[in-house]
Amino acid sequence: MKIQNEQPVLTVRNLKTHFFTEDGVVKAVDGVDFDLYPGEILGLVGESGCGKSVTSLSILRLVGVPGKIVDGEIWFEGKNLLSLTENEMVAMRGNRMSMIFQQPQTSLNPVYKIGDQVAEVFTIHKNLPKKEAWDKAVELLHLVGIPDAEKKAHAFPHEMSGGQAQRVMIAMALALNPTLLIADEPTTALDVTIQAQIMDLILELREKMGTSVILITHDLGVIAEMADRVAVMYAGQIVEQATVQELFARPHHPYTKGLMGSIPVLGKVTRRLEVIPGSVPNLINLPQGCRFSPRCKARIEQSLEICLHENPMLVETGSNHLCRCWLYDGQMKSAGDLMEANHE
Amino acid sequence: MNEPLKTHTARMELIQVRNLKKYYTIRGGFFQRIKSCGKAVDNVSFDIFDGETLGLVGESGCGKTTIGRTMLRLIEPTGGEVYYEGNNIFNLSGGALQAIRRNMQIIFQDPFSSLDPRMPVGESIMEGMRINRIGTRKEQFDMMIDVLRKVGLEDYHARRYPHEFSGGQRQRIGIARALALRPRFIICDEPVSALDVSIQSQVLNILKDLQEEYGLTYLFIAHNLSVVEHISDRVAVMYLGKIVELAHRAELFYNPLHPYTQALLSAIPIPDPAVKRKRITLKGDVPSLFNPPKGCRFHPRCPFAKDQCLVEAPPYREVQKGHFAACWLNE
Amino acid sequence: MAAQVDSISLLNDYPKEESPWRLVFRRFRKHKLAMISLGVMLVLFLITLFARQIAPFEVDEITVGNYFLKPGSVQEATGRVHLLGTDNLGRDLFSRLIYAGRISLTVALLSVVISSIIGVTIGAISGYYGGWVDNLLMRIVEFFLTIPSLPILLIISAMLLKNQDAIPIPQFLLELAGKLMLLEVREARQAVLIILVLAGLGWLTSAQLMRGMVLSLRNQTFVEAAKAMGAGGAWIILRHMIPNAMAPIIVDASLNMANYVVAEAALSFLGFGIQEPIPTWGNMLSATQAYMLDMPWLPLIPGLPIFLCSLAFNYIGDGLRDALDPRLKL
Repeated sequence: MKIQNEQPVLTVRNLKTHFFTEDGVVKAVDGVDFDLYPGEILGLVGESGCGKSVTSLSILRLVGVPGKIVDGEIWFEGKNLLSLTENEMVAMRGNRMSMIFQQPQTSLNPVYKIGDQVAEVFTIHKNLPKKEAWDKAVELLHLVGIPDAEKKAHAFPHEMSGGQAQRVMIAMALALNPTLLIADEPTTALDVTIQAQIMDLILELREKMGTSVILITHDLGVIAEMADRVAVMYAGQIVEQATVQELFARPHHPYTKGLMGSIPVLGKVTRRLEVIPGSVPNLINLPQGCRFSPRCKARIEQSLEICLHENPMLVETGSNHLCRCWLYDGQMKSAGDLMEANHE
Repeated sequence: MNEPLKTHTARMELIQVRNLKKYYTIRGGFFQRIKSCGKAVDNVSFDIFDGETLGLVGESGCGKTTIGRTMLRLIEPTGGEVYYEGNNIFNLSGGALQAIRRNMQIIFQDPFSSLDPRMPVGESIMEGMRINRIGTRKEQFDMMIDVLRKVGLEDYHARRYPHEFSGGQRQRIGIARALALRPRFIICDEPVSALDVSIQSQVLNILKDLQEEYGLTYLFIAHNLSVVEHISDRVAVMYLGKIVELAHRAELFYNPLHPYTQALLSAIPIPDPAVKRKRITLKGDVPSLFNPPKGCRFHPRCPFAKDQCLVEAPPYREVQKGHFAACWLNE
Repeated sequence: MAAQVDSISLLNDYPKEESPWRLVFRRFRKHKLAMISLGVMLVLFLITLFARQIAPFEVDEITVGNYFLKPGSVQEATGRVHLLGTDNLGRDLFSRLIYAGRISLTVALLSVVISSIIGVTIGAISGYYGGWVDNLLMRIVEFFLTIPSLPILLIISAMLLKNQDAIPIPQFLLELAGKLMLLEVREARQAVLIILVLAGLGWLTSAQLMRGMVLSLRNQTFVEAAKAMGAGGAWIILRHMIPNAMAPIIVDASLNMANYVVAEAALSFLGFGIQEPIPTWGNMLSATQAYMLDMPWLPLIPGLPIFLCSLAFNYIGDGLRDALDPRLKL
């Protein structure tokens, strides 16, 4: 368990990243707040288009045109990243904060030896001479479990399997001992047995180096096995946030509950899976009120009016447990009264 | 209802696969000589009983997709036989083949490339009936609307083009298209792996409902063991072109006999932090099909490999009643 | 069980959905130059379509003594205006230009249609069936493509124009071509031969393009799906391959249209195309050579429509390419 009276290494407040497309403004990330504590793995979980990847790209300030961070603050090592110049950001990326991606093979340059690519991190950020950088690279490859690292350093990316390529990516990401590692679906493209290897590797390196990790995935199994805390995202916002034990033991938000019911679990065969009706909303034309309301069974069963008019706030609903839902909002009653008052 | 243990001895085999082989060759050099040969499917035999779902799991490159494609002759086999109700479909051609093909359909993994982007989806669904000259235009149309409703879509969707649908909806259309020919056997090739979690369950439920309503038989190919366990009656596990274990679902999950199955099961992340398991982490990567290890193909990664495993491939046989495995540990 | 559906008309209550082609047109409209070009070409086609009604003089109407009249000159006797002046024989240039346009555009259009049909067919067969068929067809295509196109065009058309009966052309085709181009049957033979020469060499690149499309489509899952339903080669090519390859084929055809207008002009200019007195933009341009220094506006008169057509079809092709780009959402 994390001791949360420490200072967070990363604080994200009211982050909004929008994409200005021909068809309208896509609110990919729309008011995201969270903290990340030292040595912690925070899981960001959600379905495609929920904004989890854009959130991580925003932290690295890698959102490209037509996307733009329109609001918010990202505090990291005492600086608001959104107020840094591009040059200051370049010095930050790959050095103090780094990222690994879903497709390791496409993230490596096919025309350079992997040893050179890892060594490059040292020559760029630390100005090490070539020979020394190469030795350090081999050492790193060894650390991430590449067998026969001296020889493999001379290999080209296409000669490596997906699992090995991901190990190389992790080596590059952790080369300069960053404070923050963002792992965007690091195991999704890999086979199950290789996924297990990479998960073990990330956990092991976190222990060794004390890196804080943001783990982005759609797989609740990976979250349960790796994360300390979890934030569930839906349509550009965090809808629930809790420690991993708390979240799986007592999920609050109807979306979280729906997700958990809709995945088949090994060893627990059910006749039918739960279904979240409908599909993810269009981020250009979001539903009024709570963004989950059109698909929310709880709202329909309890015929809650307010959900259709007002988006709930992310409020504390237990110890270290936040939820964005009128069902758990202590103010619901008064807000409901307010609505009625408005009607009169 | 789904009874927990179907005894398959009393049931009819709808599909019998015998010694199925599919080899790929790499040619090179000036004379295009065969340089190396990859056995994507290597002497695989199994039965599928009428009305059951046989799950076929394995990691990428293990040959599971090739098996499905070869069974429908979308890829021509290198050897072996596939019987549908006792007829070897590899010996058929022309009209006889087409008549049997109607009964064997397939649902594809990629919901985006599996529909013709220039065809309204209603046309796509009716296409099979047109090709096989089933019914009048009106009957074809009625059937199309019928299956469209069956998979939870609306009548007016028939006029739309694929680009107007989400991945989950397209997958439903793919199911409707397969269903329109009223097949008895459907190969589901990773039908949910490209879909979001909340959409996966919708599609899985539809597949289960349709099976009940029409008494369909499925071959469900997937890499996700949790999904396979959920939907299958029996499960076959593949590794490098061979089936290493095949048993009833519960039997396989509670009493796995092959070390690969055991490792696979323990590698699946369980969405429950309270469950603490001891994971068997396999060393190394899956070897190349073009250069498979001698002896048992799994031995370089196997925690229990003995001397015998390095030399001789273990026989694939019925170790316990209805439980097949290929491992020297069971001999 | 679902309720029985009464009739196909049931669907007519719902608005028809936007088809991919309609979407393409919507995007095409955003391409300004292409839209202007389309407008220009429509006007040109309309003018040539109503050549008989619009042209003030007959094609070969000669007014004796009125040689080299300046644009805008008025015949004193009749009061008729020579909008663009007259040529060395006193023929009205404006009228000849319109009739020439009819011929030049028809030749280009028919060449495009024929070469596309041949190219698509050969390319589809080659790509779909592969193996030795593919090998044979593509080697033939490559062989002809290695020969520089202008010399071979010149040689073939020179040979054909010398013995115009070398290739038997059915009479009804000649009559049809004559009607299309407002020519007598005897004259039409020349134009048809030029079309055959242009299309005969033009299908090569179309075939290569189509083959490439088919090769990439062959691996698409929907083709596999059709096979799984029992579809044969012809069905798959006609119902899936061709509609899906249509986009690049149309772009290619539009760019080819520009090439054929220029190629026909070049042939006629060099004297190996359609011969005087049949007017085409190319031979009209050729006829101005001798007088270019004294009357520099003369070559501009047939030169401008050639230039306009070439430019317009290139822009239309560009616009179509952008509109059909699969990377944009479709």
